[in-house]
Amino acid sequence: MNYNWNWGVFFDPSPEGVGTYADMLLSGLLWTLATALCSWIIAFALGSIIGVMRTLPSKLANAIGTGYVELFRNIPLLVQMFLWYSVVPEILPQAWGDWLKQLPNASFYTAVVCLGFFTASRVAEQVRTGIETLARGQRMAGTALGLTTAQTYRYVLLPNAYRIILPPLTSEFLNNMKNTSVALTIGLLELTARARSMQEFSSQVFEAFTAATVIYLLISLVVVTLSGLLERRVAVPGSR
Amino acid sequence: MFSDFDLKVILSSLPYLFGTGMVFTLTLTALAASGGIVIGTLLALMRLSGIAVLAWPAKAYVNVMRSLPLVLVIFWFYFLVPYMGQWLTGASAPISVGAFTSALVTFTLFEAAYFSEIMRAGIQAIPKGQTAAAQAIGLNYRQTMATVVLPQAFRNMLPLLLTQTIVLFQDTSLVYVISLTDFLGAASKVAQRDGRLVEMYLFAAVIYLLICIVASTLVRRLQRRIAIIR
Repeated sequence: MNYNWNWGVFFDPSPEGVGTYADMLLSGLLWTLATALCSWIIAFALGSIIGVMRTLPSKLANAIGTGYVELFRNIPLLVQMFLWYSVVPEILPQAWGDWLKQLPNASFYTAVVCLGFFTASRVAEQVRTGIETLARGQRMAGTALGLTTAQTYRYVLLPNAYRIILPPLTSEFLNNMKNTSVALTIGLLELTARARSMQEFSSQVFEAFTAATVIYLLISLVVVTLSGLLERRVAVPGSR
Repeated sequence: MFSDFDLKVILSSLPYLFGTGMVFTLTLTALAASGGIVIGTLLALMRLSGIAVLAWPAKAYVNVMRSLPLVLVIFWFYFLVPYMGQWLTGASAPISVGAFTSALVTFTLFEAAYFSEIMRAGIQAIPKGQTAAAQAIGLNYRQTMATVVLPQAFRNMLPLLLTQTIVLFQDTSLVYVISLTDFLGAASKVAQRDGRLVEMYLFAAVIYLLICIVASTLVRRLQRRIAIIR
């Protein structure tokens, strides 16, 4: 292969004027992490609500939950990103749309909301599966103890369900982190976007992408390790 | 808010959207899914072979692919495929391959990692007794796999393979990042040209939604039909 490798390129000053290419990638990493964490908060909260709704006796709650999941799972993430970024500000009342458009870091907020709503549909499916896996007797026992439906969920069903779905939730968290890269299409300068612009400026294609690859692999490794620790920490003593 | 919603821009661009864009999307999906299933099955067989030099690289490949964002992988292959072509053909310089070939290679190899996990589960779900029986009647490894294990694994995993293909169908929209004209790319080009972002993106979303809902309903129906009652 006649490719000129130059691993020193990371210490060259970046064309932005401040810092090196390594700093540029680091700033990309921070945006990736910030976007992933903020959107996960929305995804986890909203996904739990939607997932619970799909297990409630109420027909209406069921229909809303199912509709939500079908809607957000069957439209490609990139299309959703464009909808939030270019369409939502247009169809909102004029004043709100204008406010949104001139918000600083608009692409960050858009990405957070978009990924939050998108991943919520996946979290909802996990939460629903988790609750449905529990023995029927658990819900009945809750009712027999005189707990209200809300209390049954809060003290009986959800604590068990979350423990069961911790491993699949970890992979949803990682998927969400990987999906932040789609936000480069709306101008978020996250890790992949940074690697891409480093490649454009320095034309050291493979060094830039190798660095990004290694960083993504490290994030996965850290998240999987932390999730393993969490799983052991919250395990109910005596179960398994 | 929808007072100036312009249906005409959608109608007049229909031939372009479907004739160029959707044809591209469906071709890419079909080819990448077929290639991905073949390579994925080979990867699964390598991982389950019990031979460390085969199992380890397959495992590493699948795990690395599954830890990376598809967008990054698309960029990787966009620059790597010319070098791969040079290496394969023995040319003196990186050969230029079309963007379509590059996208096809990317999606085939990326999805192979996901298909391989499905096939691995499918092969493992076949009772050990079947392999033992096949060996007992004198079939070699290739015959055991080709005539006993894989046909059943495919049948059992067909719904999952198709569901993954629907995911692939949605993911092909990411070729946007290398400026290819798939369905979304076509919609986006019209949207930019005519300044009709609202109409075109909403229309694209509705079409994706319809296709995916119909497809997943069909997959569910198929799942009920082919389920083997044990």
